[in-house]
Amino acid sequence: MNVIFISVFLPLVGFFLSSLFSLTKFIGHHESGKEKLVGVLSTLMIAIPFGIFATLFASFNGEAQIATLYDWFAAGAMSIKVSYQLDSLSLFMAMIVTGVGSLIHLYSIGYMHGDEGFARFFAYLNLFIFAMLNLILADNMVLMFLGWEGVGLCSYLLIGFWYDRKFDGIGIATTTDAANKAFIMNRIGDFAMLAAMFLIFQKISALDYNSILSQKEAFDSTHIFWITLLIFIGCTGKSAQIPLYTWLPDAMAGPTPVSALIHAATMVTSGIYLTARLSPLFIMSPDTMNLIAVVGIATAFIAATIGLTQNDIKKVLAYSTVSQLGYMFLALGIGAFGSAIFHVTTHAFFKACLFLGSGSVIHALHEEQDIRKMGGLAKVMPQTHATFLVASLALAGFPLTAGFFSKDDVLAKTFESGNYLLWGVGLVTAFITAFYTMRLYTLTFLGEARYNTDKHPHESPALMTAPLWILGALSLVGGAIGLPAVIQEQNWIQSFLSSSVASVQAHHLEHSNEWILLGISSIVAILGLAASFSIYSKKTVHVEPEGVTTVLYRKYYIDELYDAAVVKPFQFLASRLLAPIDNRIIDGLVNGIGSSMVGLGGALKRWQTGVAQNYALVITIGLILLVGYIALT
Amino acid sequence: MALHDLLLALPITFATLWTILLIVVEATAKRAQLTFSLTSVGFLILITMMLFPSEQGYAFGEMLRLSPYSQFANFVFALSGLLVITLSQSYLAKENIHFGEYYIIVFIATLGMMLMASAAHMVVLFIGLEIMSIALYVLAGIMRKDLRANEAAMKYFLLGAFSSGFFLYGISLIYGATGEMTLFKIGIYLQENSATSLFWIGLSLMMVGFLFKISAVPFHQWTPDVYEGSPTPSTALMSTASKAAAFTALITVVLNVSSQTENNSNWIFALSTIAVLTMVVGNIAALSQDNLKRMLAFSSIAHAGYMLVGIVAGSDAGYSAVLYYALVYSLMNIGAFGVIALIEQQRELTSASDYAGLFKEKPLLAGVMALFMLSLTGIPPFGGFIGKYKLFAAAVESGLSWLAVVGVLASAVSAYYYLRVVVFMFMREPQAENQFEGVVLNPTLVLIALLVFLLGIFPTGMLRFAGEAMKFAFNM
Repeated sequence: MNVIFISVFLPLVGFFLSSLFSLTKFIGHHESGKEKLVGVLSTLMIAIPFGIFATLFASFNGEAQIATLYDWFAAGAMSIKVSYQLDSLSLFMAMIVTGVGSLIHLYSIGYMHGDEGFARFFAYLNLFIFAMLNLILADNMVLMFLGWEGVGLCSYLLIGFWYDRKFDGIGIATTTDAANKAFIMNRIGDFAMLAAMFLIFQKISALDYNSILSQKEAFDSTHIFWITLLIFIGCTGKSAQIPLYTWLPDAMAGPTPVSALIHAATMVTSGIYLTARLSPLFIMSPDTMNLIAVVGIATAFIAATIGLTQNDIKKVLAYSTVSQLGYMFLALGIGAFGSAIFHVTTHAFFKACLFLGSGSVIHALHEEQDIRKMGGLAKVMPQTHATFLVASLALAGFPLTAGFFSKDDVLAKTFESGNYLLWGVGLVTAFITAFYTMRLYTLTFLGEARYNTDKHPHESPALMTAPLWILGALSLVGGAIGLPAVIQEQNWIQSFLSSSVASVQAHHLEHSNEWILLGISSIVAILGLAASFSIYSKKTVHVEPEGVTTVLYRKYYIDELYDAAVVKPFQFLASRLLAPIDNRIIDGLVNGIGSSMVGLGGALKRWQTGVAQNYALVITIGLILLVGYIALT
Repeated sequence: MALHDLLLALPITFATLWTILLIVVEATAKRAQLTFSLTSVGFLILITMMLFPSEQGYAFGEMLRLSPYSQFANFVFALSGLLVITLSQSYLAKENIHFGEYYIIVFIATLGMMLMASAAHMVVLFIGLEIMSIALYVLAGIMRKDLRANEAAMKYFLLGAFSSGFFLYGISLIYGATGEMTLFKIGIYLQENSATSLFWIGLSLMMVGFLFKISAVPFHQWTPDVYEGSPTPSTALMSTASKAAAFTALITVVLNVSSQTENNSNWIFALSTIAVLTMVVGNIAALSQDNLKRMLAFSSIAHAGYMLVGIVAGSDAGYSAVLYYALVYSLMNIGAFGVIALIEQQRELTSASDYAGLFKEKPLLAGVMALFMLSLTGIPPFGGFIGKYKLFAAAVESGLSWLAVVGVLASAVSAYYYLRVVVFMFMREPQAENQFEGVVLNPTLVLIALLVFLLGIFPTGMLRFAGEAMKFAFNM
């Protein structure tokens, strides 16, 4: 038995165990004993796979390895296997998912303490990791799609985890509505993804990556354009890009560890992973690539500007995630696939840290999420504060942090590709990023305490702060895996990924130019931070939005637009036009057939006289007919 | 006739000797429990025997034909027999008819079925049929003091004897037409000579005998009355293994006369008409039955219709689909009757509406019953789906798509009455408190449910057996 199977299926085992525990009551009222058991067990189910991947990583020689578990199904020319492909890209992603995943599991033991659905929560979390590993490690698109849908399902289940709580949004009243929104928007993308798979299968009768990439010459340019475009539309759903990004901020209705794991570090990056996985195809379609770059930078800019005005701590982080994902798509669009994965990695560290830190704050303030009612927490929560600061600096791109190197890598590659406009917008966005990050940090931790005096926030337990420290440290030094050429000639992550990801030949920058770009990035980040600090550290209470900020605060009215242009018309169509047709005509027809059948059955009953002589008579008639027909014609 | 013959026909030799042993033990010890155990052992030995490949060939001067075909069929019979007796025990005890004879008669019925599946000679076929039938008449009337059971047994016997008469007459006419009693020699004769109308009359008469046993329309009317009146475990055997036996014998006969029936539009039209009538009447009549045993009786008629589709298809694919379906159908129907017996013996609850709220009180039992109902409907991932799929696929391959369409539509109708039970069990409130108190789930039912499930998700192995059974069936 290959160790890959063990690593993939352990989380599934954890899911079943936790589900079982969620059904059982422990003897007496030993709920805390149950919590410990379930928490430790499910964390181990992720930590062990991480250990396995780390060991594989240590002895990895760059060669792709495919392990087949069994033939899933076969129909005609299609034969789909449950088989996993371990190469540099999938191994690297699997390490991020299980590594960050185990830390967040650990954190959740403390965070979810005392919750009624403790075991259910961990069951979903483990199921999510199982689906995510299938998505990443699958060697064919069908199994990948199983994981793709699986993470979508888990995301839905976890957004609506507290299904009876209220949640505010356009057309949204409860967390269940938010979950529905996420699920339905993802379905739009999934439809495109399926269509892309159909197109591929139609041309080459196979859906495994090896066949697709080795037969890529079989596609003509129209084919390639549509395939890549449809895949990209699928990715805009899962990875929250324009036009399908609006579900992600509302996904914050879920418990905060979920936001950290699914809606920041892992699931939302699966679109980037898939594009990188199929990068040789994407390179063949420059039109799609340009579109990806433009959509990416537009998303980055728009989401960042919205982030400037939001007052919910998690909403700010959510828009920041959308914005950072935009950077990653920018990198994909200009052909810097390795840089995109690099930013995925550092982003996983600092954004997970930020979300977990915000969870710690929310926890301490008894579910308070409005930063206008925070402030002054630095003194009472020193550990959360320190780690949050480090991660904020990384997000802002403060020199020498992990986020600095990865963001600079993306921007430098953009510059290199000659798209100076994209680079310029990226730089502006970096400034805005630094600005809203500092705003968030300052309003939360510095200044006067603005929360109710009856709340006495205190530092979270070690179980929750330990993951913060680890992630904080990684946000600080994680950039070491992708240092720019001026510091280290051989960029580690680029060369590591080169065996599984395509690269675009581009002229390399002069060292002097690269120094200049690094300098510009640093200055922009520091300027943004400083400007923001000077404004928000003075104010004690945040002003209400007005003028342009109202537009930003209302998120450019995109949610209202979607609601008016899509949701409302559909609801009208469904309730006013289709419902009567369904109720009267279709149901009438169906019920009519049904009741006439039942009536017929009643009529047949009368033939059943119970008298044996009658039965014998019928048998005889049947016999005469049969003999008459067969023998005499 | 020598030791070689006895060894070649080992399953039948063994079953015969074991029957004698059972009779002697029961006559001397008079302990039903002991007889039960010994009968179970007998079935287990038979099942084990069927799992190992064995020599094939003709035994006793071309009277018996041992092959993977008979082996597969015997496996189905022995398994059904074993499951039926394990489900019977508590029922019989509750009804005060816990006699050792019951088990012996089930075993004898199985012996008759085995003879039918292994027959190479028409007389052996008839003897097998009669051994099975007479045993079943006794089983139907084993509750001697129950009026309904007496009525059921009497009707079954009368009409059974009636149809056996046709069957025997058919045999003699075929002998008259071809001059042969051995099936494969009849086949050779028919390849060399054209069939006379005497032969066709004989074949039609034999068909009536078979169609009566599998309760195809219009030879079906005894079925609901007999099934309802008989003790439920006996009904389980009648509706499953005895039908499987009739089908295996039918396939044997049809294969040997295939030179005449293949591409014979009259034959195909007559048989497909009967198949359509059976599917349609069975399913529609079941719709208005509230008594579960009657409902299952009509549903068993419908299932015979589905299996007839495989016979009409007339291909190896069709026949092996019938074999596979016989196995799956036996399992799920025995399971369904097992649940009914379990509840019936505790409370006189026999209609679907009585099952309201079963899930709340006995979740596992309700779950198991739901699984049988879903599988009988033909919903994946259960065995019933694969079975139906194979039957209808065989029909499509043989150019009878319209028949498959009728079959699928008829199955759609069946969803109503099967799911109705599920709805009552899961979605309605119980009629009274502790309605199902004292009902204890028999582990055998869980085993059957598991098998039905496994046959649905890992059908390949069993399908291969059924396919091989056909491949080596008659080409010697």
